[in-house]
Amino acid sequence: MSVAAGSVLMNALEQLMQAYGVAGGDRAVLADSGTAHLVADGHQILSSRGVKGLEVEARATPDGISAKVRVLENVRLENPVHLCFGVLHKKGTQNIRMDVKLEKNACASFIAHCIFPNAEQVVHIMDAVVEIGEGAEMRYTETHFHGIYGGTYVRPKAVVTVGRNGVYVGDFELITGRVGRLEIDYVVETGENAVTELTARVFGHGDDAVNIKEKVVLAGEHSRGLIKTRVVVEDEASAEITGITEGNAAGARGHVDCVEVVKDNAVASAIPIVRVNNPLAKVTHEAAIGSVDKRQLETLMAHGLTPAEAVDVIVRGILR
Amino acid sequence: MKEKMALLDIKNISYQASAAKIIDDLSLSIEASEIHALLGTNGTGKSTLAYLIIGCDGYRPSSGTIVFEGHDINDRRLYERAQLGITMAWQEPVRFEGISVVQYLTLRNKELNPAHYLEMVGLQPDLYRERMVDASLSGGERKRIELASILALHPKIAILDEPDSGIDMLSTQDIINVINTFKQNGASVLLITHREEIAMSADRASQICNGRIACSGTPEQVVAFYKSRNCLVCGGGECVDERP
Repeated sequence: MSVAAGSVLMNALEQLMQAYGVAGGDRAVLADSGTAHLVADGHQILSSRGVKGLEVEARATPDGISAKVRVLENVRLENPVHLCFGVLHKKGTQNIRMDVKLEKNACASFIAHCIFPNAEQVVHIMDAVVEIGEGAEMRYTETHFHGIYGGTYVRPKAVVTVGRNGVYVGDFELITGRVGRLEIDYVVETGENAVTELTARVFGHGDDAVNIKEKVVLAGEHSRGLIKTRVVVEDEASAEITGITEGNAAGARGHVDCVEVVKDNAVASAIPIVRVNNPLAKVTHEAAIGSVDKRQLETLMAHGLTPAEAVDVIVRGILR
Repeated sequence: MKEKMALLDIKNISYQASAAKIIDDLSLSIEASEIHALLGTNGTGKSTLAYLIIGCDGYRPSSGTIVFEGHDINDRRLYERAQLGITMAWQEPVRFEGISVVQYLTLRNKELNPAHYLEMVGLQPDLYRERMVDASLSGGERKRIELASILALHPKIAILDEPDSGIDMLSTQDIINVINTFKQNGASVLLITHREEIAMSADRASQICNGRIACSGTPEQVVAFYKSRNCLVCGGGECVDERP
């Protein structure tokens, strides 16, 4: 790499890190040799680091970024893996292909920041395939930081399989800046005695369009799944939330919990789809806080819990 | 001399549901560390009064005020009242799937020792700590666990809505002991009951009839009134317990 090219990369990294800091990220993690990270601007990988027990193979391809991440058997990563993806220009495209594998009894947390502060016409596409092995545990938090122009098209797509006794906890948050157009499409197959929890929180303004489709298949006995969605839309924004849960095995327990708040001329719809193919499985859904059992809520509130805390206790209880 | 301020002072409250007036210009005050029994037959407004005090959704006095520690709490929400120190055990405690007894007792305070509170209500901790607060518990067990959870909150006042119902007769003394434990911990109790032997454990008592306080005094006085058919509210025709 030439000195000039290196300087351009350093400049891009510095700009992205500034935005990363503004978005709530901890810039110090990049300098920490005990913390793995991957930073990319558009289709340029600016920085990456692995740690013992974690293999990261990231490369720029002609049409995007391809990353393979593997956490080795019985490895429990002490620090979260930090991912920072962004497009700093007004226009641009970012295609990311992620293959993530947690081997048997591995445990890792991933904290992803997706940063598009100046986006007027930016496309961010993430295609992820995640394999969580037996007894393995993965927590994935994705926080978006968008600018004020509403020119971002975000399409995260993931296919996740969770092995026996495994855990997958996914948390998606886009509450800073304009959403633009969001199309989440997640499918998670959950094995015997495994747990999947998907949470999405989105705040739409202007003419933002929010479309979330999440599907949890409770394939194994005593598997448990939760799809929790919290969406607020205002102005002329729209939201369509589809939460699908299938209970296909004995003892499977699933819950779809969707709360949407609509202001101004915004439009929102919720489509909970619950399907049970085994008489010993149970899947429930709630489309609003008010429809959670009122007596349970009141009892917990009489213990001093706020309404939100009470709903959380009730829903988490169902999944235990 | 300055008059001692009541812990809970209910001043001339009324509450109407549809056309029916359920609470009618009712006043009642409860002192700190006082056990106050509220007697009355079914449908006289005992539970409605409890819901108004705790602040259940849809239960707000149409007139009058509820004052707690000198502050009007009419506009406070249920959980805010609980955080002030007012709590309630419902007559039929609701069940929670997937929440263990220990988790239930430590909802507000993860540091407390659940075993201590289970013992207070006569339950062996080792047999109950991992049980779920769900349909697998009998009515009596669930009720005791609710009482343990209320004790664990260390409230300033606990409203106990018929804590004796659904519990076998042999446990009546246990229930009285639990009620006294609240007092020993410095809490007041509004004890809703229609069992005289339970009411007799209180410091003071009141009888409610057609949404009004018909009589207040010592438990002995109120129980005597309860049997006398001399109620000025209904003329003695409605508020007398006819059960043997």
